[in-house]
Amino acid sequence: MKGGGRPVRIAAGQGFWGDWLEAPYRQVPGGPIDYLIRDYLPEVTMSILQKQKARDPAAGYAKDFVPQMVRILPLLVERRVKVTANAGGVNPRACAQAVAAAARELGLGGKLRIGVVTGDDLLPRLDGLLARGHDLKNLDTGRPLREIRDRVLAANAYLGAAPVVQALGQGADIVITGRVTDTGLTLAPMVHAFGWRADDWDKLAAGTVAGHTIECGAQCSGGNCGVDWEHIPDLANVGYPIVEAHADGSFEITKHPGTGGRISVAGVTEQLVYEMGDPTSYITPDCVADFTSIRLTQAGKDRVRFAGIKGRAATDKLKVSLAYFYGYKAVGTLVYAWPDAYHKARAADRVLRRRLQDLHLTFDAIHTEFVGADATHGSLAAQATRFADLPEVQLRVAVRSPEVAPVERFTREIAPLILNGPPSVTGFAGGRPKPEEIVAYWPALIDKDMVEPCVELVDV
Amino acid sequence: MSKRAVGRPARRSRKTVQLLQLAHARSGDKGDTANVGLIALKPAYYPHLVKHVTVARVARHFRDLITGKVERYELPNLHALNFLLHGALDGGGTVSLKTDAQGKVFSTALLRMEIEAPR
Repeated sequence: MKGGGRPVRIAAGQGFWGDWLEAPYRQVPGGPIDYLIRDYLPEVTMSILQKQKARDPAAGYAKDFVPQMVRILPLLVERRVKVTANAGGVNPRACAQAVAAAARELGLGGKLRIGVVTGDDLLPRLDGLLARGHDLKNLDTGRPLREIRDRVLAANAYLGAAPVVQALGQGADIVITGRVTDTGLTLAPMVHAFGWRADDWDKLAAGTVAGHTIECGAQCSGGNCGVDWEHIPDLANVGYPIVEAHADGSFEITKHPGTGGRISVAGVTEQLVYEMGDPTSYITPDCVADFTSIRLTQAGKDRVRFAGIKGRAATDKLKVSLAYFYGYKAVGTLVYAWPDAYHKARAADRVLRRRLQDLHLTFDAIHTEFVGADATHGSLAAQATRFADLPEVQLRVAVRSPEVAPVERFTREIAPLILNGPPSVTGFAGGRPKPEEIVAYWPALIDKDMVEPCVELVDV
Repeated sequence: MSKRAVGRPARRSRKTVQLLQLAHARSGDKGDTANVGLIALKPAYYPHLVKHVTVARVARHFRDLITGKVERYELPNLHALNFLLHGALDGGGTVSLKTDAQGKVFSTALLRMEIEAPR
């Protein structure tokens, strides 16, 4: 039993900001879809966007969203495909204005309504919230935000599906948001299409699970899949996932015909456990989903059916994502060749560390890896590999400090090792490494009633 | 190394198998914690994984790679176990100096583990 009516087809346009530029373009003409989802905002991105907005009041959103939309807007309008996107960053109104201007240039005036969701940006309100006793304690460490208040660069509450549903209900064809959960972007079209109640927890949980499944793009359709990876067909032409949602909360994950990749129970299961905490309590602003209730079946080639999903009432909190200035880091690398590549790299690391010590440079951390030997699996690799015979090893040394000066000095200590350290060394063509600012992530919770989502409409 | 965690010496002589032969896995990050979802390649292997891939075994496997504790959750519906490896990522995210700052390949690191072969 799937409930009446035609399914709603919701296509993932990308897995993250920086994902395959062709993916959203292929999803629209590749077959029938009703919605295209664009997830843009990794955790610390907001701080970069805040800096851009501080320099230019018309900036502060995902700039490449606009040219990407230009490429597909005529087809979106022709096929009545709607878009939900958290591309608005810290300036969703400016993003909407830019898309509207581009649409008018394409001759789409009068044919498009853009919904804008704001209210997530807490940066201007931060001191008021702290003064009223909202500590915004770090969820991982328990420390109060006061300790780093003067270094905070961005603060955004995660909004859920509700304001996106509201915008769709007011006729928006494109909904541009600030910080809205990626699951909310997928759930919202279902709530809008099927009229699910705000307390129909099982259905909201089902839509949330659908969102989790496609939020990493091709990672559920054959990408990064550990099962039978060599035989997953045509990854060069990989199809990004599509949810076919039914009114009863069941749904299938599929992809367009003629695309590469594979949608299997095994691959979908890998995505379900990705970034998972307690599987019985997947907490979003919309509900708490229970991943131990999901029943999966292979319902055809490249088609997995989801059913049985249970959910519980949402909590009275919203997650807040804060970004703050932490310090500096730099990474230096050199490549050592056979013979004794590993031992030479180790010797070079000892020389380098001695020199840093003699210069009285202090760091929070100095981290050494031997890429090709033990960089990813550490001592677990050491048990299985004959390091003595490795054809080459990359020495990778990274440092971190609250101050830029020691990090800057470190970057000048790598190249000299080529001529004044152990032999058979190369791989410095990239030049001296650059100190990088570290913007760190501070997760916190806030009472839901302190955050007021706002929906506006822009008619093109 | 605790002998109790690996079973009695008499049983240790039984044939062992690498987890790679019984399961697949995907891992990711949440702050300084890496999660590894371990999924049975066949549903019949799942009870064997539940029995043998214990918190104690996994904590010992990763003892040189993590600084915190290990938690395990069961997902019998997906024939999967979810492990949380705390203190795995040198602070995690942008702070981490590790190549695998996001814990992407803790998955295959777990698949290196040897356990008793199923009957």
